[in-house]
Amino acid sequence: MQIYLPIAEVSVNAFLLLGLGGIVGILSGMFGVGGGFLITPLLFFVGIPPAVAVATSTNQIVASSFSALLAHLKRKTVDFRMGWVLLAGGLIGSGLGMIVFNYLKSLGQVDLLVTLCYVIFLGIIGGLMFFESLRAIRRTRKGGRVKRKKHYWVHGLPLKMRFRVSGLYISVIPPVLVGASVGVLSAIMGVGGGFIMVPAMIYLLGMPTKVVIGTSLLQIIFVTAFTTMLHATTNQTVDIVLAVLLLVGGVLGAQVGTRIGVRMQAEQLRILLALLVLAVCGKLALDLLLKPAELYSLGPVTG
Amino acid sequence: MRLLSALTGLFLMALPAKAAEEIVLGLSQAEVSITTNFDGSEILVYGAVKRETPIPDGAPLEVVVTVSGPSTPVMVRRKERRFGIWVNTDAVEVDRAPSFYAVVTSGPLSEVLKRIEDLRHRISIPRAIRSVGAPMEIENPTKFTEALIRVRTASNLYQVIEDGVKVDEQTLFRAAIALPAALTEGAYDTRIFLTRAGDVVAQYETVIDVRKVGLERWLFKLAHEQAFIYGLLSLFIAITAGWGASAAFGLLRR
Repeated sequence: MQIYLPIAEVSVNAFLLLGLGGIVGILSGMFGVGGGFLITPLLFFVGIPPAVAVATSTNQIVASSFSALLAHLKRKTVDFRMGWVLLAGGLIGSGLGMIVFNYLKSLGQVDLLVTLCYVIFLGIIGGLMFFESLRAIRRTRKGGRVKRKKHYWVHGLPLKMRFRVSGLYISVIPPVLVGASVGVLSAIMGVGGGFIMVPAMIYLLGMPTKVVIGTSLLQIIFVTAFTTMLHATTNQTVDIVLAVLLLVGGVLGAQVGTRIGVRMQAEQLRILLALLVLAVCGKLALDLLLKPAELYSLGPVTG
Repeated sequence: MRLLSALTGLFLMALPAKAAEEIVLGLSQAEVSITTNFDGSEILVYGAVKRETPIPDGAPLEVVVTVSGPSTPVMVRRKERRFGIWVNTDAVEVDRAPSFYAVVTSGPLSEVLKRIEDLRHRISIPRAIRSVGAPMEIENPTKFTEALIRVRTASNLYQVIEDGVKVDEQTLFRAAIALPAALTEGAYDTRIFLTRAGDVVAQYETVIDVRKVGLERWLFKLAHEQAFIYGLLSLFIAITAGWGASAAFGLLRR
């Protein structure tokens, strides 16, 4: 069934979009990532103009993250206090990120820098997570208990705050910094930033994996809602019809994903997310390294 | 008075020589409505040649039909290998390129149309695109326009269909033009040329109106005129859908 999208001005198969939304929704529920780093390239592939794809996927992420968040709320795996602290940092960060983005745009080559950003961050994070989870799984196999490190350098900083749900008593400075750097990156890369946020919370702040996912979803919803409004008011590139199709698939997928996530061990969950991140990274790296079939590309004239 | 009638006489004498053959045209639809389930459209262009004199001897009548979407500037970028990775290096701005362009003819384009006539009426695809201001440092600016044509031809936005016009008895003609699904709004200029031995002997112009209707129109207008409300609406839909799915699953589990 073909559907004509009013803003994107292309006609695409409705079931294809529902399916895409569903897959990304499952991942979002399982791993607590918004899925922006997946859905945006997938939409390019389907033939949606890049500007519309970026703007609309943020709206879709709001929906699937909200659906997943509700599921997490029921199981009380959301640390609200930590969420607000991260968000405060996140809003400062995305403000800074917008300035950086516009500066890069004035220099040209913004596409390349965004792709490089993706390759570097996805590569580092995916690699680290993969090896760490592999080690953790090996340790559990041997029969030893996996212990969370209780003392990081971050515990020595001032302005301490108690985060009951996470079982942490740490300074607010590291979470604000994490939120801010994720905000900067998400503004530049046009994603919710869950795939950076989740590892940062696990490895830098030492939060338990189950709480991390619900909490990062909370932050993602606000950041992507903010970005959606920015895109809608400045560029008019949010396509409601496209968003509805994606999010119908997405919200259903998110519910399924959350249930899969509960059944799985934290280490397995992390290793799967690591593999996914590495796969996307590899694909983007190949695009940069291999000779493209068509050397020329068309784009709108800006400015 | 005498002067006037003399002038009219001259005018009347001049006119038939110019329009010995005239086009009477019909379109299967003068308007294309883009609805939610729009999946491309086919337009039938048909017509007849009206003439007061017998069919001239010599070269047979040929017909060229062009349909052109709204023109916009396009940035064409070229990738090159730098430090081992492929990056956009050179860019050329093509001043005006139609979003859609179809040339349908009754025979090979090079035979039914002389080069000079193509230049004058901007009929073939390269002529329909206007590119003047390529930067000095770029060696082969024509490569960029060629790439533009190649990319758009691949997605069916630019079409050349030779032998697409059927001509009967040098009088009746018809052609089908397939509009792809990825169509932009606007006035699509439709031109019909009659040629003999490559010279244009008559031409006719009309417009096919392509526009969004219904829900598509409403959303498009809202997005551009009430952007803030549109943004809030999309967020509202997102939140509701997220909550709805969660609630529905909650019920299912019980």
